[in-house]
Amino acid sequence: MALSPDEVRHVARLARLAVTDEEVAALSPQLSDILGYAEQVGEVAADDVPPTTHPFALTNVTRPDERRPSTAREDILAAAPSVEQDRFSVPRIVAEEG
Amino acid sequence: MAADLVTRSATQLAAALAAGEVSAREVVDAHLDRIATTDGVVADGDVWAAKDAGALGPDEVHAFLQVTATAARGHADDIDRRRAAGEVLGPLAGVPLALKDVLTMRGAPTTCGSKMLEGWIPPYDATVTELLRAADVVVLGKTNMDEFAMGSSTENSAYGDTRNPWDLDRVPGGSSGGSASAVAALQAPLSIGTDTGGSIRQPAALTGLVGVKPTYGTVSRYGLVAFASSLDQAGPFARSVEDAAQLQSIIQHHDPRDSTSVPQAAPDVLAGLKDGLEGLRIGVISELRGEGYEPGVARVYQEALERFERLGAEIVEVSLPHAAYGLPAYYLIAPSECSSNLARFDGVRYGLRVDAPTAEEMNAATRAQGFGPEVKRRIMIGTHALSSGYFDAYYLQASKVRTLIARDFQAAFESADVLVSPTSPSVAFGLGTKTADPIAMYLNDVATVPASLAGIPALSLPAGLAEAPDQPGTALPVGLQMMAPLLRDDVMYRAAWAFEQDLSFDPTPAGPRALAAGSWRPTTADNGEVAR
Amino acid sequence: MTVVEFRDGWELVVGLEVHVELATNTKMWCGCSTVFGGDPNTNVCPVCTGQPGALPVVNDQAVRDAALLGMALNGEVEEHCWFHRKNYFYPDMAKNYQISQYDVPLIHDGYLDVEVELEDGTLDTRRVGIERLHMEEDTGKSLHVGDTGRLHGADRSLIDYNRCGIPLLEVVSHPDIRDAETAQGYLRELQAIVRATGVSDARMDQGSIRCDANVSVRRIGDDLGTRTEIKNLNSVRSLGRAIVYEADRQIAVLEDGGTIRMETRHWDESKGVTETLRVKESVTDYRYFPDPDLVGVVSPPEWVEEIRALMPELPAAIRARLSEAGVPMAQAITLVSGELMPWFDEAVAAGADAQAVANWLTGDVAGQLSTEGLTLEDSGLTGTHLAELIALVDDGTLSTKLAKEVLAGVIEERGAKGPAAVAEDRGLQQVSDEGELRAIVEQVVATNAATVEDIRAGNNKAIGALVGQVMKATKGQADPRKTNELLREVIG
Repeated sequence: MALSPDEVRHVARLARLAVTDEEVAALSPQLSDILGYAEQVGEVAADDVPPTTHPFALTNVTRPDERRPSTAREDILAAAPSVEQDRFSVPRIVAEEG
Repeated sequence: MAADLVTRSATQLAAALAAGEVSAREVVDAHLDRIATTDGVVADGDVWAAKDAGALGPDEVHAFLQVTATAARGHADDIDRRRAAGEVLGPLAGVPLALKDVLTMRGAPTTCGSKMLEGWIPPYDATVTELLRAADVVVLGKTNMDEFAMGSSTENSAYGDTRNPWDLDRVPGGSSGGSASAVAALQAPLSIGTDTGGSIRQPAALTGLVGVKPTYGTVSRYGLVAFASSLDQAGPFARSVEDAAQLQSIIQHHDPRDSTSVPQAAPDVLAGLKDGLEGLRIGVISELRGEGYEPGVARVYQEALERFERLGAEIVEVSLPHAAYGLPAYYLIAPSECSSNLARFDGVRYGLRVDAPTAEEMNAATRAQGFGPEVKRRIMIGTHALSSGYFDAYYLQASKVRTLIARDFQAAFESADVLVSPTSPSVAFGLGTKTADPIAMYLNDVATVPASLAGIPALSLPAGLAEAPDQPGTALPVGLQMMAPLLRDDVMYRAAWAFEQDLSFDPTPAGPRALAAGSWRPTTADNGEVAR
Repeated sequence: MTVVEFRDGWELVVGLEVHVELATNTKMWCGCSTVFGGDPNTNVCPVCTGQPGALPVVNDQAVRDAALLGMALNGEVEEHCWFHRKNYFYPDMAKNYQISQYDVPLIHDGYLDVEVELEDGTLDTRRVGIERLHMEEDTGKSLHVGDTGRLHGADRSLIDYNRCGIPLLEVVSHPDIRDAETAQGYLRELQAIVRATGVSDARMDQGSIRCDANVSVRRIGDDLGTRTEIKNLNSVRSLGRAIVYEADRQIAVLEDGGTIRMETRHWDESKGVTETLRVKESVTDYRYFPDPDLVGVVSPPEWVEEIRALMPELPAAIRARLSEAGVPMAQAITLVSGELMPWFDEAVAAGADAQAVANWLTGDVAGQLSTEGLTLEDSGLTGTHLAELIALVDDGTLSTKLAKEVLAGVIEERGAKGPAAVAEDRGLQQVSDEGELRAIVEQVVATNAATVEDIRAGNNKAIGALVGQVMKATKGQADPRKTNELLREVIG
């Protein structure tokens, strides 16, 4: 299927990627080609085939509810681009989601 | 002495170390020297940084992104001390190794080949890194890769291309191109790569190495920065099957920190390694036997089948009717998972931040600047494939194809113990020749993705040399892929070892061989003889 | 379902989404502590801060808790369920996806019976269907820095990931609720069940139980109207107020010929209004897919029975038992919701009368603790103390008034001394020694000649004044019944 420039912009918004008009113009045919190729999956796989999401059908992998040492705060904050009051600082949040 | 040390296999080095003929420090220094002269690093300080891509000399491989020289020497000294004190050490204690820069290691940056993580020093070690350290395998540094492991040529690294030691104008394959080139260029006898759709096997094929993707779940993914979680698997590169088996024995381990780690005991890949081919049934996959492959690749593959027969294996024809759908399924499933896995790179907790007035704009600007074009393409494809209205036709349908492919394999393994195919449709291609066409690049993975989707173990080993179609007279390695049922990595190794013994392929390309003799003038003229 | 008219010709339709934060030792996917109120970013690790390469592993206890609560809510346990990723960007969510459950939750098709008191004082039972209960994880906390302290108007936000990854259960009701009282009763009952099962302390003030309400209105007989989602409901009272406000607002809009927008609204407790938080332009595309880092959860029947065997007595059963023992419903509700049952049961087991125990616990004990700012646990008071106190009253050793003082004394001693010892120590026994009391009575009669005349003239009520005098003289320690007898005898 073809992905129109507007659809490219919509997908970029969902993926939270800033895209320029030039990028949209370039991505639209590229993504359309890739999706066109990938669409072959529709040629097989009938309704009665269950999907596989794991190579192994493992189940019930859990851990006991026992505390493990946490990581030192300075080690976790060390990599942060901006820290204030021992917290990760981000510019103002406009949209509330979730 | 130093030049001699770098040509030895890991098994040979381990024997010399155990016998006290050489110290771990000497072995590590020899490889660090080798890196300093051939790779294009600024050999200075505790962690050697790679030169900027533009500053690389024409004969520099650029396999490493950073070399943890001081830590490696310290570890080597510690090993020597403990060995001298009579401590019993592991089988590969003191043997150096190059680690793909997608696995975390404290004290050094992990970049995943991306500007997004430039300078990020992880606050924890990957399980693989811990296991290597516990086994006293000495990590020399972190190797170049396609950004976030997305690519088949290592040209998607934000830090410049890695070159193929067989011909420095060609790609080493990808995404684990740095790990492959480091071993092919004799900078390390062993390396760790990761394989999602062929990222170990294809570079192994293109650089004349043994590269193994173990059964999914036998090597922990904890600390492996995820590309596609249901497919990613770390595994060894080596210049011999035995070396690869030794390394796999160290890294395969049940890990309670990885929910997808298989609880069953991993197969013993060393015990029956040298039992030979007698009685093994080699399955030739009808759908992957040459259509669209370069003639040289097809010829080497044909010779390989004859060799198996001569060695006493039974050749059987098997069919994977849905193999052709593996690649399109893969290019929906992997991007879908990646679109979610890479959402965490948002400029908040680590890595790059591009300032903007609001959090949303900051996220979007950071991701726009931090990710390269291929990563963005895959995030976009995956986001679309999971989005409402498209999920069923793309992600779900691809997951059903995955079931069909796994069933195909199950059926095939009823009549064969090991399946074979060429690893890659082509020999190493020229740098920049496929970057403009994403789908042409994706087609490199056509033979490797089916095993990835099914989770089964697969490896590539050298099967001979073929002429580069675009450069008559240049011989380049061709890889043979072997696949085995889930958790039967041992059978695959056994077949590969027997094949390797009979072939006696010299895994050292001409340039590195020349350096072993005292100079580094890479030339393709002496790579080897190609039968015509 | 019978139609409940909310306003003239209008029906109210409410569904509730309740999030319960589990009281496990560790987070959902990692071994970090879940303790409330730690210094920012101290209970964190690579997993819960979404470091590249880190992986989740399910907390076994969280699954058990989820199953237990699900069964307490009369739900069916799914034999094979799994985790999905809900993809959306938000800075307090470290991975920018929330691991949750989607098409197959652990629990489905439960219900809760809610008892609502009607205007005539009788109780009506309303069944609220529970669509599902699923497992997920909490987000971090954002501190909005700037003028207002709220999201709007802040110029930056500071993120603390201590809460990120704490196990959450989401309980989603069907839109079966038709009035604010039922909504409040549902939330109260759910809270009581959560506490009874011990899976959470269910404190709304600390956010360990949170409630969002989906509210719509329709003209009776019409199809469902457009709903709005109300957030920031921090108490049962807020829930009731917000629903009524929002329903009236919607009715006013519709009666004016307007339409209701699908939106999320914020309840402003101080203004008593709901305000638009954001408009849902289109259904958010969360791109759910099975989390490839996690494997399926299988709940075989044996395991389900093993969990069911851990089920404590639930509030409804306790209330029924109390009711049978003659405890009035209002007190029964207080005993259960106030978590007073262990004391009740202990006192009754020690031989005390159920109604008397209920009276004490919901009356004076609660009152005194509230004055002192103590919990029953901290007070040191035991059920056995209570039984002893009641026995002392019954056998006339203590008057009710004295008993209250003794109770205060036991609490003061934090239970180190029982009621008898406290009464003894402080000289709080009633004066029932006949000789001593007779002397005091005779003196009171002698000094109050006018009142005595009054009584002799037939004004029986006047005797109260003399009883008061005796009490005054004995500092309240006279047995009132005995005093009365003696007064009548002396007056003749």
